[in-house]
Amino acid sequence: MLLAKLIFKNAFRSKLRSTLTILGISLAIIAFGFLRTVVEAWYAGVEASSASRLVTRNSISLIFPLPISYKEKIRQIEGVSSVSYGNWFGGIYIDEKNFFANFAIEPKSYLDLYPEYIVSDEHKRAFLKDRKGAVAGQNIVERFGWKIGDNITLRGTIYPGNWEFVLTGIYKGRDKTTDESQFFFHWDYLNEIVKKTVPNRADQAGFYLVGVKDPNLAVVISERIDRTFKNSLAETLTETERSFQLSFIYMTEAILMVIQIVSLIVIIIILAVVANTMAMSVRERLAEFAVFKTLGFSGGYILLMIFGESLIITSIGGIIGIICTFPAADAFASAMSNYFPVFIITKETIYLNIAVSFLIGIISAVFPAVRALRLQIAENLMKVR
Amino acid sequence: MDSIKTLIQVKNVCKSYRRGDLIIPVLGNLSFEIAEGEFLALMGPSGSGKSTLLNLIAGIDKPSSGSIIIDNVDITTLSETELADWRAANVGFIFQFYNLIPVLTAFENVELPLLLTTLSKKERHEHVNLALGVVNLTDRMDHYPGQLSGGQQQRVAIARAFVTDPTILVADEPTGDLDRVSADDVLGLMVRLNSELGKTIIMVTHDPRAAKKARIIKQLEKGSFNAACEADI
Repeated sequence: MLLAKLIFKNAFRSKLRSTLTILGISLAIIAFGFLRTVVEAWYAGVEASSASRLVTRNSISLIFPLPISYKEKIRQIEGVSSVSYGNWFGGIYIDEKNFFANFAIEPKSYLDLYPEYIVSDEHKRAFLKDRKGAVAGQNIVERFGWKIGDNITLRGTIYPGNWEFVLTGIYKGRDKTTDESQFFFHWDYLNEIVKKTVPNRADQAGFYLVGVKDPNLAVVISERIDRTFKNSLAETLTETERSFQLSFIYMTEAILMVIQIVSLIVIIIILAVVANTMAMSVRERLAEFAVFKTLGFSGGYILLMIFGESLIITSIGGIIGIICTFPAADAFASAMSNYFPVFIITKETIYLNIAVSFLIGIISAVFPAVRALRLQIAENLMKVR
Repeated sequence: MDSIKTLIQVKNVCKSYRRGDLIIPVLGNLSFEIAEGEFLALMGPSGSGKSTLLNLIAGIDKPSSGSIIIDNVDITTLSETELADWRAANVGFIFQFYNLIPVLTAFENVELPLLLTTLSKKERHEHVNLALGVVNLTDRMDHYPGQLSGGQQQRVAIARAFVTDPTILVADEPTGDLDRVSADDVLGLMVRLNSELGKTIIMVTHDPRAAKKARIIKQLEKGSFNAACEADI
């Protein structure tokens, strides 16, 4: 007990230095947890992807469509349980800064393939019934203050013109990892207008979503689909939804790499700060450690004192940092919800923050501890005054 | 007739320090014995090696050659860990600048060496109360070193030195930082520890008044005893 009290008191011997170090650790932990959450948010689509869904697109590029006639051919392939399709619409709501993902979809099969989008029966019926109907995620409904029955106009970018929709449904995510910021409307409505305005772009789907009976056969089924359309005018590339989502991540891999490097640098900087604090603290008290050794305190006790002191400082800093990460992340999430619809601090991030705090505490105490262990008692006793 | 037991045997002890390529001899082939219950004062000019000799006897430094046998244990053969355990059990230290831990109270400072014993908390507190009573500081037990005068701090340091009931007490200039009154107080305590509790004390001092409190004075000069100056009081 006395030893614990001594360690705690030593940790706060220089109150200003310890407080500033704790503040530094807290900020570093906030930054580290925050940056890691940004990276995780980037991967949210990948994490939310299902093993039983495949995505079939044009093998040349995602921007090239596929004929709508492929739907029936895909459905007949062995192992396929259901098929849906859609197009990236890319519409803008009032202003470009109000970005959210919007798709033209085949409503029934699409919603069936995404059980994580929870739409009430009443909303679903209304959506299926109205060709101009749309379903939006809870997040954007709250963001723009929409209500059921509201008319929503999107300005088309890929499909020019102003597109009128009626909000007939709102979906909620099954859990926090589900993106609640998407907007879906009838593919038929899009196709109907396109047939009139740009006929050569009609009857085409941007992608097919394929449900498979057995996720273990996803690769085999993907090959079957692509083989079916081999040597056709529009060859396909089928991959799991996860791979499909990852292909988007790879496009921004450099940014993610930079974020990860920055988070590592933050940790290295704070490690240097804490190591410096501990080195100064021990250097100032070498004579005191000489006294402890003189009294018969072995190396184990000296190590306990120095590592304990370092761990107290980093633990307090870590706890404050972890606690503060939540409001910081909430503020960021609400400000950037259009770019990061899923922004959650995961348990893994918390555990990692705890581990990082602990590691900083251990590593920064190593050199001062070695110095204290090696000190010559007689030489250091003379350093008093 | 009572036979006087030899407690400390210093045999052919040499000590030199290396400073780069330079070897600086400090003690040269010293041999002497100290009886149990003795109060020895080591005197000599600065650099004569008296503190070095004290450190060697206290087991906080090792001789370059020779042996030091204390209570039948050759401490020069002990490892660092064994030496730390030996010091904890056998040596009480009194330093010139008290060397109390500033973040601990007088009570806690005295309790510190008892943490290395197998005593229970209750027993430790009994020992500390007893030791603080001997140095007449019971009323200051909750004070921090910074709240005590130099003399009071040194009395706390003395209590810390004998609370474990060590075989020997070593004191390096224990009155060097004190005024006359406080110094007399501290020396009086050391005499009491020697005469009433039978503690063997080795004290390094520059102060002839302090040395006179000892029963034997040994004079060191350039690493050897100056026999002409030795006095048995």
